[in-house]
Amino acid sequence: MPVEIQKERYTSKVATVTIGATKEQGGTRTSVVTVGGDSTLPFLQFEGEIPNPPVIAMEVVDRNPDWNLSLKAEFGDDILSDPAKWAKKCVDECGAQLIYLRLQSADPELENSSPEKCAETVRKVLGAVGVPLIVQGCGVDEKDNVVMPMVAEAAAGENLLLGTAEQDNYKTLTAACMVHKHSVVASSPIDINICKQLNILINEMNLPLDRIIIDPSVGALGYGIEYTYSIMERIRLGALQGDRMLAMPVICNVAYEAWRAKEANAGEDEFPGWGPQAERSVLWEAATATNFLQAGGHIIVMRHPKAVKLVKKAIDDLMVPNKY
Amino acid sequence: MILIGERINGMFKDIGKAVRAKDPGPIHEWAKKQTENRATYLDVNHGPAAEDRVDAMKWLVKTAQEASDTPLCLDSTNYDAIEAGLELCKRPALINSCPAERKKIERVFPMAKKYGASIIGLCMDAKGIPKNAENRVALAMELVAACVEFDVPIENLYIDPLILPVNVAQEHAPEVLETIRQAKLLSDPAPKTVLGLSNVSQKSLDRSLVDRTFVVLAMAAGLDGAILNVMDDALMDAIATARILLNKEIYADSYLKVFKGH
Repeated sequence: MPVEIQKERYTSKVATVTIGATKEQGGTRTSVVTVGGDSTLPFLQFEGEIPNPPVIAMEVVDRNPDWNLSLKAEFGDDILSDPAKWAKKCVDECGAQLIYLRLQSADPELENSSPEKCAETVRKVLGAVGVPLIVQGCGVDEKDNVVMPMVAEAAAGENLLLGTAEQDNYKTLTAACMVHKHSVVASSPIDINICKQLNILINEMNLPLDRIIIDPSVGALGYGIEYTYSIMERIRLGALQGDRMLAMPVICNVAYEAWRAKEANAGEDEFPGWGPQAERSVLWEAATATNFLQAGGHIIVMRHPKAVKLVKKAIDDLMVPNKY
Repeated sequence: MILIGERINGMFKDIGKAVRAKDPGPIHEWAKKQTENRATYLDVNHGPAAEDRVDAMKWLVKTAQEASDTPLCLDSTNYDAIEAGLELCKRPALINSCPAERKKIERVFPMAKKYGASIIGLCMDAKGIPKNAENRVALAMELVAACVEFDVPIENLYIDPLILPVNVAQEHAPEVLETIRQAKLLSDPAPKTVLGLSNVSQKSLDRSLVDRTFVVLAMAAGLDGAILNVMDDALMDAIATARILLNKEIYADSYLKVFKGH
């Protein structure tokens, strides 16, 4: 007896957003990345279209970061002290489809780098790789509001993805994206109502909806991953049911969250039953990332080359058509 | 929520006059205004004054489509006029309306199938409008059965339980709400439900208040659409808020603005 597969019919789909611009498009990228366009829940190819597979952005920091030594050993201090070389390694050796450049040195409590220096770093990384860039400020609003407009201007036409706009600090970054033709990361604290409201506010400033990426804020495995999962599920259902203010593709900053989990850092001497830290941390990052693929993440930010390899394999497996 | 703008109707003086004089001005104006206020469909009704109804409907369809791309809801008791209108519609239309009477079903349903149109099916027959929900639902069932018989998708049927003015027949309001609830259980997929909302407030003192209170009650019962005054901001705000409270739309502080901006 043939089995009839029940298929849900949705009225709408996730918007598509393109990051990066080639020479013809006014930038200097050798490749661009388009995400979104899904007309069903994640990976249900039998039910709808998933025209653009999820992509991996690898994190590069503009100062030698205070990371776990097992992670740093994958790159070496020579690379970690040079964002351009670091980015090149991520693209050439790990297959990163985007570079997520964090301008952490701008933090007034750290090096307090000048906006000019930050813009120069962005230019260097753009010069070193052909993939599109996501550029993230240092997280101190007052400083980012000076740094990011200068970055936006220095990379005008490159169609960067700039982060992050938040409910109480979105105007400066949105205006910079408007003027210099970039896209924006709209970040909300695991809260679907604020997520939607922020998208409305940004769009009211006339930034088109296809230049907004949702950052729902993620939790790592063991640290509230299920809350983000359910928010992302509601975002996707909203998009599929025609809510244009929730229809943007989603970015998940797995790197930062997974690598601050105790399970990614504690040594085997401390928890003998947990196994070797170097191996465990890779799995922690990869498991967190894979979860967010299933939740509907479009851009996954990651750090460890081995975890990236595992997740790229998972994406390939999940993208195999499962039409009945 | 499917919002059918009621304003292009010959019962309104400016439209009646425009239809008689073939003056496109008022039709264009209301097609644009109602579309801006997020009408999903524009009801077009030539009114009782039109001499040649087929000709009047053709002119209305053509004229409304000059001003907006919003699909039309062809409103006439003359089915030749409706068919003439359907031929001209650029986008799938709504037929307003068909009662649960065999002869009319045989005329309307094949026409809906031919043009890919949807149908507003009235819970009334030659004997008139039933007093209670039970008999209204029985008529609704006949319309659902007609969908199967004439191969019209059930989702293209809009059951209208027919609301009467509250100032003369208030006992009908709870029966209408119950009919909406039960109509949604008649088949899977369920037919849609619709109301000629403004009828409830005919000659009431505060029409907008009566309209918006009733539409919210009806939405809670499962109402999918209404023929209404899309220019009534308080009514539209009540609908937007009901959608939030019924968990049909995700809340954001600016939800009213977004609803209007659609």
